[in-house]
Amino acid sequence: MAKIAYYPGCSGQSTSVEYDLSTRAVCRELGLELVDLEDWSCCGSTPAHTVNHVLSAALSARNLALTEQLGMDLVTTPCPSCLSNLRTAAHKMEDADFRAKANALLDTPCTKQVTAQSVLQVIMEQVDPELIRAKVVKPLTGLKLACYYGCIMNRPPALMQFDNHEHPMVMDNLMTMLGAEVVPYPLKVECCGASFGVPRVDIVTKLAGKLLDAGRELDVDAFVTACPLCQMNLDMRQGQINSALQEKFRIPVFYYTQLLGYALGIDRKELGLKKLCVNPKPVFNKLKETAQAS
Amino acid sequence: MRIGVFICHCGSNIAGTVDCESVVEIAAGFPEVVYATDSMYTCSEPGQEGIITAIHEHNLDGVVVASCSPRMHEPTFRRAVERAGLNRYMFEMANIREHVSWIGKDKAHNTNKAADLVLMAVEKLRRNRPLVAKSFTTVKKVLVIGGGVAGIQAALDCADGGLDVVMVERDQSIGGKMAKLDKTFPTIDCSSCVLGPKMVDIAQHEKISLYACSEVESVSGYVGNFSVTIRRRATYVDWTKCTGCGVCTEKCPSKRSPDPFNEFLGTTTSINIPFPQAIPKKAAINPDTCMKLQKGKCGICAKVCPVGCIDYEQQDELVTVEVGAIVVATGYDLFDWHKYPQYGEGRYPDVITSLQYERLLSASGPTGGHIKRPSDGKEPKNVVFIQCVGSRDRSVDRPYCSGFCCMYTAKQAILTKDHIPDSQSFVFYMDIRAPGKGYDEFTRRAMEEYGAQYVRGRVAMIYPHGDQLIVRGADTLAGTQVEVPADLVVLATGVEASQGAVKLGETLRVVPDQFGFFVESHPKLKPVETNTAGVYLAGACQGPKDIPTSVGQGSAAAAKALGLLSKEQLESDPAVSKVNVNRCVGCQKCIDTCPFGAIKAVTDRMGRLKAEVIETVCQGCGICTVTCPQGAIQLEHFTDNQILAEVNALCPPKMNNVSFE
Amino acid sequence: MSAQDEQRELRIVGFLCNWCSYGGADTAGVARFIQPTDLRIIRVPCSGRIDPLFIVRALLNGADGVLVSGCHPRDCHYAEGNFYARRRLEMLKRFLPITGIDERRFEYTWVSASEGQRWQHVVTEFTRRIHELGPAPFFNPVSEEEWAKLALDGAARGASCACHG
Repeated sequence: MAKIAYYPGCSGQSTSVEYDLSTRAVCRELGLELVDLEDWSCCGSTPAHTVNHVLSAALSARNLALTEQLGMDLVTTPCPSCLSNLRTAAHKMEDADFRAKANALLDTPCTKQVTAQSVLQVIMEQVDPELIRAKVVKPLTGLKLACYYGCIMNRPPALMQFDNHEHPMVMDNLMTMLGAEVVPYPLKVECCGASFGVPRVDIVTKLAGKLLDAGRELDVDAFVTACPLCQMNLDMRQGQINSALQEKFRIPVFYYTQLLGYALGIDRKELGLKKLCVNPKPVFNKLKETAQAS
Repeated sequence: MRIGVFICHCGSNIAGTVDCESVVEIAAGFPEVVYATDSMYTCSEPGQEGIITAIHEHNLDGVVVASCSPRMHEPTFRRAVERAGLNRYMFEMANIREHVSWIGKDKAHNTNKAADLVLMAVEKLRRNRPLVAKSFTTVKKVLVIGGGVAGIQAALDCADGGLDVVMVERDQSIGGKMAKLDKTFPTIDCSSCVLGPKMVDIAQHEKISLYACSEVESVSGYVGNFSVTIRRRATYVDWTKCTGCGVCTEKCPSKRSPDPFNEFLGTTTSINIPFPQAIPKKAAINPDTCMKLQKGKCGICAKVCPVGCIDYEQQDELVTVEVGAIVVATGYDLFDWHKYPQYGEGRYPDVITSLQYERLLSASGPTGGHIKRPSDGKEPKNVVFIQCVGSRDRSVDRPYCSGFCCMYTAKQAILTKDHIPDSQSFVFYMDIRAPGKGYDEFTRRAMEEYGAQYVRGRVAMIYPHGDQLIVRGADTLAGTQVEVPADLVVLATGVEASQGAVKLGETLRVVPDQFGFFVESHPKLKPVETNTAGVYLAGACQGPKDIPTSVGQGSAAAAKALGLLSKEQLESDPAVSKVNVNRCVGCQKCIDTCPFGAIKAVTDRMGRLKAEVIETVCQGCGICTVTCPQGAIQLEHFTDNQILAEVNALCPPKMNNVSFE
Repeated sequence: MSAQDEQRELRIVGFLCNWCSYGGADTAGVARFIQPTDLRIIRVPCSGRIDPLFIVRALLNGADGVLVSGCHPRDCHYAEGNFYARRRLEMLKRFLPITGIDERRFEYTWVSASEGQRWQHVVTEFTRRIHELGPAPFFNPVSEEEWAKLALDGAARGASCACHG
């Protein structure tokens, strides 16, 4: 079993606990052993780097240093925002002067070059696709999905260095592999409004509403996401969006790990499906019907 | 020897950072220098007269001018010393402008360097000897590579001037990009009506032979006497018999052949004549899609052809022609816009290039001149034009401006309104570049009379919504983001060098720049010449150009070729290799290395093998001189002794008076 | 390196082909791309005209560095001169240490007539390298008197010249 350092991120402990749960379950099933960083700290999220780049980098560098202490040079995280901060820190620490400044703020300095990758990238690059195909017990056949990557999953391209930054395909490919029909969703990398949900909910309802509208136009059964904030804005705020825009959206929004876990036959409790706000039951009913029909 | 040294101020160009008076003082002390002076502009008429007067007054037999690059004015000064009765090779130049004053700021260092360069020139000059040119005859024939509008103009001008012309065109018909255009700016002239008669002239001119479906395979020889091998690709049709009646194209059952003339908007038949005005108007078979050639079945075209010209066994043919001059007019290609992920990378059929749009506008195009969008054939109402797709963008390695896209976009916006009166055009632009005659007025008309909405900003994203495309971009004048629903998006794809340019450049020894455009001999004063004598440039192969400029350059290249070949004989550069027969041991290494076959083996009176240089063939590279183990073959004007004298001038031997021998 | 040393020019000799690199140096000049002033350029028709012994001569005569530049491979004005140059100069580069000359004092490169900026970069970098290496060591620390005495002693012992054994 391949051992990989795992950084869950703050959302994984709260708003996206189901993402963390399902990620762990899926990785275990696929033979990836996630080793939790001990005593990890917040990546600083958006507030830190808007105030101070060195401080922001130091927050992430601390987690990189913890990876280093585990004797590993690769750390993985499900959250694109954490990933962005970890990768930015690692990139900036390549500069010796900057490294010295950031390390001055840390008890245990980060001395080695540690790479951060998303769990999605690790699954797609380290797991044999044939293994995934072989392990599928409940295919997603008959399901029409829109894969929504969000704006920072692959951007800026020079920093993230994964998939096409304007037209990413890895989640599409993964879902197709599981038997689902993936629609050519045109707004894959559009912004959902992100953390503006707190100060300016009107912006989020407008932007996320547009995303839902584009999905409805393509007649999708559900959205698939890889970002806690995207998932929250589309799922939890769907009611807010409906009242703000006089709409009647009822589209479930999954984490890709949940659907992957379902297809792999993992116990539904381990996938945290109950945490979803828009009831996903119609999706599973449809799957059952298709399975019975065939 | 009595040497005169002239230090040029070049106004303040040199004198600004070089103490010219000091250089004169230092130079006066150099060996065999009997006269040293400075002048404001040595290349000016009084400057040249000063040199001539000094030669007479001081009885000089060698002259050094320290001024600009010899690539600039060496011929000028050589003529000057010749007028004073000296041999033109008794002259040397020190480049104290491009290599000293313009690149160094420290006056003391510059002055010191200038003096060193003058000393180098003096030391070389002391070892120069008079050289006399040989003359040779030329072939009064010109090769024009490329049958676009620039090549057509060059060919017609050369032929009208009395030269035989061979035109080589890669495609099935001449006409180039211009033949694909519907109208031309700023007059909205019908493109094929303007170009068509000129194409017919090419076909009918008795002095022009046209090779279509052909490419230049190799070129050897030198100015006045090039030997060119042309590959005529198999067309599977005997063009000496084909009348262009078109029966075969009507009956051909294979109708899925890609149609390059219509920019791949539709398909065509496997045997095809690309367009009604094609020159030569001959059919050709696309071997990739022809059922007879692919599977051995069909053969209908052979059955229906009234003159029996179909030949399924036809092979490529190599033809060799001798020419005196070559005009390169290979034109340009369109930038591959798929490199921009934000325009959909080809996922949306209603995002097309400007040249595809021209075909939609053209009455001879796949839609018969009705604007129908590719996805569903509907007539678009909102048409969005995006400029600078592959122009002025360092992120895709295209930092240069393609020059004419602003103009054709304005033209297409006007034509859109003409075709569909209730349509609305939007143009996303960076800057409007319209510096030609009547050009700016034309773009204003597009905006003011035809109501095209110009939005200053780049487009970030195109995405489908219903059966429309949403174009999202910045409006930098309003400082806001805009989204425009479009039925059709037209990309003003930029210009890039023709794909075969680099390979052709290697054949012709014409250097392409970093973007693949051929480099002219001098950016200001020799815009159509190249560094290879007898090879001239016309049109967009030298850089992006619109039609009038291409035509002008075609005529300019023709004038150069006519001028060159108007002389009965050309003079060869006498700075060629020379064999010292006493030292030559006949090993023939020089013969093997010479890239031009300019050295032959001869037997002397004693029956010994010796090398002999054919002076008019030798190009003066000096590869043989380094190869010769005996030092027997020496490149005149660049002999070992001359170059070593320059080395010694810069680095004086440290132990002059100790002999190692 | 003291400020004074930095000021002091070293002797760098350049051999440039007429068609590409000399043109590239001109292009750099026309564009006013400022360069160090140590380099002195000798113009030759083609890099294939450069005898490696010219370079050795310059170095033996005390040049601190020698820079050769020609047309990019396959772009030679004379079709193949720079291929000959490349082989000869690569051999020379490997041979120089055998003669006791630091091979870093010699470099060859390719610059086309349009690459003014590249020429500026090449000159700046090479000059910096030579300044880092410092002035070339003097090849004969023996004074002339001593040399003459050595020669006389050798002659007295019946040996031939020290150089030629």
